[in-house]
Amino acid sequence: MSKNPFPLSKDELLKAYRTMRTIREFEERLHVEFAKGDIPGFVHLYAGEEACATGIMMHLTDTDRIASTHRGHGHCIAKGVDVHEMMAEIYGKATGACRGKGGSMHIADLSKGMMGANGILGAGAPLACGAALASKFRGDKGVSVTFFGDGASNQGMVLESMNLAAVWNLPVIFVVENNGYAESTSVDYATAVDSYVDRASGFGLPGVTVDGADFFAVYEAAGEVIRRAREGGGPSLLECKMARFFGHFEGDAQTYKAKDENELNRANRDCIKMFADRVREAGVVTAAELGAIEKEVEALIDDAVAAAKNALPPTPRELTTDVYVSY
Amino acid sequence: MARKISMKQAINEALDLEMKRDPTVIVMGEDIVGGAGAPGEEDAWGGVLGVTKGLHAKYPGRLLDTPLSESAYIGAAIGAATCGMRPVAELMFLDFSGVCFDQILNQAAKFKYMFGGKAKTPVVIRAMVGAGFRAAAQHSQMLTPVFTHIPGLKVVCPSNAYDAKGLLIQAIRDDDPVIFCEHKNLYGHETDVPAEAYAIPFGEASVVREGKDVTIVSYGLTVQRALEAAEKLAKDRIQAEVIDLRTLSPIDWDTVVESVESTGRLVVVDEANPRCSIATDVAARVAQEAFNALKAAPQMVTAPHAPVPFSPVLEDLYIPTADAIAKAASKIASHAIAA
Repeated sequence: MSKNPFPLSKDELLKAYRTMRTIREFEERLHVEFAKGDIPGFVHLYAGEEACATGIMMHLTDTDRIASTHRGHGHCIAKGVDVHEMMAEIYGKATGACRGKGGSMHIADLSKGMMGANGILGAGAPLACGAALASKFRGDKGVSVTFFGDGASNQGMVLESMNLAAVWNLPVIFVVENNGYAESTSVDYATAVDSYVDRASGFGLPGVTVDGADFFAVYEAAGEVIRRAREGGGPSLLECKMARFFGHFEGDAQTYKAKDENELNRANRDCIKMFADRVREAGVVTAAELGAIEKEVEALIDDAVAAAKNALPPTPRELTTDVYVSY
Repeated sequence: MARKISMKQAINEALDLEMKRDPTVIVMGEDIVGGAGAPGEEDAWGGVLGVTKGLHAKYPGRLLDTPLSESAYIGAAIGAATCGMRPVAELMFLDFSGVCFDQILNQAAKFKYMFGGKAKTPVVIRAMVGAGFRAAAQHSQMLTPVFTHIPGLKVVCPSNAYDAKGLLIQAIRDDDPVIFCEHKNLYGHETDVPAEAYAIPFGEASVVREGKDVTIVSYGLTVQRALEAAEKLAKDRIQAEVIDLRTLSPIDWDTVVESVESTGRLVVVDEANPRCSIATDVAARVAQEAFNALKAAPQMVTAPHAPVPFSPVLEDLYIPTADAIAKAASKIASHAIAA
């Protein structure tokens, strides 16, 4: 084995690969299962963006909190939410992470610091400020990360939150997951500035843009901004540029994309493939080790889908439970 | 020991006592300390009408002045509440909920249910409500029905200093999000208030005057108007029972229905606009639950279906008056007295 040139140990590299593969397998499988018609509502898939969630979450513990988006499966998995509970939730079953009452867009596990996927674009930003404020009061050194897309980056809630975080010097990281599309609308059309870093500086925040398909670039940039926040240095913005392999939602015909865009992205901008090639070519991890993880992940997702399909839905009495703690 | 203090002082006292008792209670809002970063005095305002005055000195660092940025700080209060704090966020005027409604409607109100029961969001949003301040259409609304409509929120609107203190203490200790509505024209209203802490449970209406001929149900400022109306009615030998709902969500249906079952007549007084209001809600419920006891059609005395006007002449016509309440009660009760 060669000397490890990466900032992570071999075990950590394998963990990152397992996380990214789990997200990819989860999403690819949902794409197939959704088409069968068994999954209610709509789902928004994260495939192609795995390096962003994983590269950031490798720096976080359960004390750190994240506020996610409608495209939240990747954030959940990378933050340690149970894959079986997630799958059951997406199928609307009582064994789901939210007992079947939230669905794909509202998966949460506060014990893991996952404050919830969110159906309202940009709504996580003020919530993450609140989580960071709570950490500051508690003195637990916790950092909060709010994810939003290039589309939601234009929401007032997000912009107000950047100012609030700067004014209160909160340990918050604003992560722009720039996949080029706000639903079907291009970032070039909907965002007036060329760089989110410029926008951050308008709020007095340091910002950095990285290639979101490059796990190591994300990992290193995230490490820097998270460390600064943890040490009391305040909020930052991190823009990850990446490719969304699927449509906005499942069923989206994606007619707004260039004809061969998805194929080209899968060929040239696949963060998992790029990661695997690098660690293997560096001689740190073998193809067999990666293959073993792939098999393991495939079995996990198979099992999660089977369990979700077999699980019971919530009972009718659940219709009106848990509206309040007491009423 | 009880002393006469104003509702404004009672609210300040509730915040003080709870901040002393529980270190997770923090307070945030625009100008709640006042003069942040400015060259003049510290604690310059203590809130736009001085409700939080003096708390900053007692609890340094726990009252946070915010930028004029309601979405951000109301959302931050909600986020902090899900992470173990008990924030009390002052929204100044409930009319401003328009700019941060998502955080209340889609976030705070939904977490408990949407996350399968695992979240709790013990946040209090204090805000001024009501007309009569010559503050016109965007600083005077009684938006209580808007929030009462939303499952997951609790809605409180006290009519006097004693209730305000006990209900605010309960709101801060409560594990659900509470919209705490303070009628700005009651801030100077004084009642006997014990110095110590006490909590008034939610969902318990108060029978503030007993009577056998007609039930008048209200909340907030118009409870005082209803009491004036009851005095007027007594001169005409009509004995009005006045019920102060105190909390609109949860609401104490039992006390209302029992009273109407005994009087047979209902007048609901609501300073909110008339459609889909607390008035329609109470009238409908009573019609359903106590139809056989009713001797006359339930009456609703409300603000008109119009924004709050500026001109004092018009604004005085806007809020339900004691005369209007007495007239509505007389209309359904006077023939019973004559008989």
